[in-house]
Amino acid sequence: MSSDEAFFASNPLQNAGGRSPASRLLQHNDGSCDPAFASCEPVPFDAVAERPEFPSASTNPCKLCTPLGACLAFRGIAGAVPLLHGSQGCSTYIRRYLISHFREPVDIASTNFSEDTAVFGGRKNLHVALDNIGRQYRPALIGIATTCLSETMGENMPMLIGEYGAEARDLPAAVDRPALVYVSTPSFKGTHADGFHAAVRALVETLAEAGRKSEVGGQKSEGEGRRSEIEDRKTEIPPRRVALMPNMVSPADLRHLRDLCSEWGTGVTLVPDYSETLDGPSWADFERTPAGGTTVAELRALGGAPAAIELGHVLARTEHTAGTHLKSKFHVSLHRIGLPIGVRACDEFSAAMEAATGREMPRRIALERGRLVDSYVDAHKYLAGKKAVVYGEEDLVAGLAVFLAETGVTPVLCASGGRTKHLADAIFGAAPELRGRAEVREGSDFGDIEARAAELKPDLLIGSSKGYKLARSLGIPLVRCGFPVHDRLGAQRIRLLGYAGTQELFDRIVNAVLETKQEDSEIGYAYL
Amino acid sequence: MKTTMASEGSPDLSIQPSTLKPSGIEILPSRVASIAEAGKPGKGVNCGKTSVAGSVSQRACVFCGSRVVLYPIADALHIVHGPIGCAAYTWDIRGAQSSGPQLFRNAFSTDLQELDVIYGGEKKLERALLELIARHSPKAAFVYGTCIVGLIGDDVNAICKSVAAATGIPVLPVASEGFKGTKKDGYKAACEAVFKLIGTGDTAGISPFSINLLGDFNIAGETWVIRDYFARMGVEVVATITGDGRIDAIRRCHGAKLNLVQCSGSMTHLAKKMQAAHGIPFKRVSFFGIEDMSAALYEVAKHFGSDELMEKARAVVRDEVGKIYPQLRAWREDLKGRKAAIYVGGAFKAFSLVRALRTLGMRTALVGTQTGDAEDYNTLREMCDPGTIVVDDSNPIELAKFCLEQDVDLFIGGVKERPIAYKLGIGFCDHNHERKECLAGFVGMLNFAREVHASVCSPVWNFVPRRSRCRSLLAGDSEANASKLAPASGLKPTEAVA
Ligand code: SF4
Ligand code: SF4
Repeated sequence: MSSDEAFFASNPLQNAGGRSPASRLLQHNDGSCDPAFASCEPVPFDAVAERPEFPSASTNPCKLCTPLGACLAFRGIAGAVPLLHGSQGCSTYIRRYLISHFREPVDIASTNFSEDTAVFGGRKNLHVALDNIGRQYRPALIGIATTCLSETMGENMPMLIGEYGAEARDLPAAVDRPALVYVSTPSFKGTHADGFHAAVRALVETLAEAGRKSEVGGQKSEGEGRRSEIEDRKTEIPPRRVALMPNMVSPADLRHLRDLCSEWGTGVTLVPDYSETLDGPSWADFERTPAGGTTVAELRALGGAPAAIELGHVLARTEHTAGTHLKSKFHVSLHRIGLPIGVRACDEFSAAMEAATGREMPRRIALERGRLVDSYVDAHKYLAGKKAVVYGEEDLVAGLAVFLAETGVTPVLCASGGRTKHLADAIFGAAPELRGRAEVREGSDFGDIEARAAELKPDLLIGSSKGYKLARSLGIPLVRCGFPVHDRLGAQRIRLLGYAGTQELFDRIVNAVLETKQEDSEIGYAYL
Repeated sequence: MKTTMASEGSPDLSIQPSTLKPSGIEILPSRVASIAEAGKPGKGVNCGKTSVAGSVSQRACVFCGSRVVLYPIADALHIVHGPIGCAAYTWDIRGAQSSGPQLFRNAFSTDLQELDVIYGGEKKLERALLELIARHSPKAAFVYGTCIVGLIGDDVNAICKSVAAATGIPVLPVASEGFKGTKKDGYKAACEAVFKLIGTGDTAGISPFSINLLGDFNIAGETWVIRDYFARMGVEVVATITGDGRIDAIRRCHGAKLNLVQCSGSMTHLAKKMQAAHGIPFKRVSFFGIEDMSAALYEVAKHFGSDELMEKARAVVRDEVGKIYPQLRAWREDLKGRKAAIYVGGAFKAFSLVRALRTLGMRTALVGTQTGDAEDYNTLREMCDPGTIVVDDSNPIELAKFCLEQDVDLFIGGVKERPIAYKLGIGFCDHNHERKECLAGFVGMLNFAREVHASVCSPVWNFVPRRSRCRSLLAGDSEANASKLAPASGLKPTEAVA
């Protein structure tokens, strides 16, 4: 140990693992470190660390189960009811979890397996369930997802669903036959994020049809989604719109994406769109299924979309997605980019919009971009050298990490419960300056994150409310975003996307840092 | 047009009839037999069955029943053997508190992966238990087997035995595969696991006036409130099963002379087993509401046949009721004549709530439970006013329908029912395990009344479409609503709800 290092190791005010910032910087200065980031303090580890593929126990998971994601995606389709094929508990737990986040009704039906069903198979339960949902909800679509139980039993879902279609049903004449979309979602393979993407893909694969090619346009009018699906099916297929697979983002972000598209002069079909179904107004009338959502007709028309955009750095590395399906089957031009958080990622989104619409960036958006950069400058010294731990779904983590790197905050730990094996590449591909400074952990849980955080000594946490316990024990702020946020109001309305959404997030982060500084100071200046 | 005078300062909401009509909501034919009306003859409520396929039941599963009962045992390791979801959804969401160890607030899981499903998860479970026990030194471990464990055929019992032998602590399997019955079977499995601990501790020094509290889970410190009352009476509480629970206390709780069963649905099984094995009598009681809380204290005094205890019980009741009564009376003025819907897990809680609402001058118009039995529903039909709907294992659509038909002002339920109430413009009181509000005991009655009053008398209802004060401006809403738009000046200022 050099004398310098010995000094720092003995100095309690130095918290970078006892290393001097300068000496660490030298060690890691492998050419990938942008001089602009020299103020970030590199952290004491080397490459990408991964947890063993099968650690025996998980302590406080940083993921949820696969059908939850599928249910969330199905909630974004107009008049849809998700149905889980398995026993009761899964759907009830998932409902409660979603309800606590969105503070909205989330009806998820279950085929309610009993012991007999587990032995003899769930054919009858499935068919009775589909009948009963048809009767009670008059749905436009039933999204059927499996659970660990039905997957382990090896239920032949396509066959069972096919048989339902073939048989005469004992249903009142008024009940229209809903579209049935099936997705396989075993939780012993993947996380809620995987379930979400699988359901999005299933929706598109099952429903998208080849369409006429025409001009970009067809903006959705206000309240259009409120029309009943049955009405909608009778009207003609909506004009062609850009297909946008937004990833697991908040209702407010979905609304923002729609606004952005309309700024660019194009309509958009969001798959899914729960901006209204999971953030709706008080009911003026009883609603069997909540108003809003992308209609089945819109999904069918996707084959004729002039362009498709898929958001998520990790999703972009996934082999089969809704987007790749549209591209390979219908030759829709596909843009696969990261979640638009931060200037770089938003610029990519703008480029994709430019390509899809042939228009230049509208002035309003250019101004938002300008303000964001301006605020980066205003705040850069507050954030210099700060370290953050980000956790959650892989795409959220990647999006946040890439953004943070722009601001001078080092995401020293990027952790996810997912195991796509793409997270590190996604982060370092989009933000190469993070190489050697950010530790990426897949298959992580909060037990793991806690242990790493104790060494990394972050200044703040960014992620779901599940990190609260850790933030509290470390005495550092938690900037809440992603899923779930169970301890604050307005989780549905947290925005991250676009220059404007990033702006909100950025302000929250800077203010969290300022607040800590203010509260920790003995003097307590009211003028910072 | 005013019919009820609200007390000074409170918003006047009682006169606006709901404009929401439950038109065309169909009850599934297979559900009709599970619904009855108080005051009308008819067959008993059909109950105790697994839920109808395709209905969105508010129930959970066997595992949920076990987890809910055992969770508050604070110094035990609770590990869920299965894929991640079952553990993730039950991680630190409940309001059960501990005065010491916080180990129970973690979610441990074997997080089974595909290969485990194919080759079995026994080895992984064993490794997980050994690691976690070494890391956290718990007093015991509970191993919950979830759905697929029942299918892949892991011998959980054998693993538990070998780990217990290796670590020297009790390692108790809880057979809680979700599909093997209802939540009630989960309670039973939990009771079986706890029962294995009872009788293994030293009972020296236990008072002749001693009890166990069965089925209190120390939500928001409720156990401490109840224990305080008994302490003031001179009655020793040996163990609470399972609120603020400790393994050592459970091990010696067979030394108590009486079991008080509060959550009867979950704990009667254990009480019966303890009676058979250790000769301890039990009494069913409830700690919710003034009447039931007082009755519970008197019941204990009567059981021990001691005038002194009875005197002390009376003193406790007098003191406590005296403290809360003036405020209760004030709130009652505002709440008089309002209607409530109750949908809770167990029937005993429902009985107490019907009575507690009466204390507040409110009428129960709808009452349902997830797990009530035929006898419970008969009791409910008798105790409620004629016209009250009584329902077993309901679902969101039915609940919405009945709430609208009965035009209720308040819904008492859990997180899953909350959005139904709120969307319809109905006040809400959380009476589930997730709540962070102490609702037991006398102070709990005051908190309950505060919650009810805060919600029912909130000015926000002036703006929800249902009450027509404020027209919904969304396309498609009824003309009638539009014409009834009340000017903002028509609202009374509201004083902050205490
Ligand atoms: S069994 Fe599977 S689907 Fe059901 S809650 Fe558990 S992890 Fe989720
Ligand atoms: S998998 Fe089984 S035990 Fe787990 S939540 Fe679902 S029904 Fe309950």
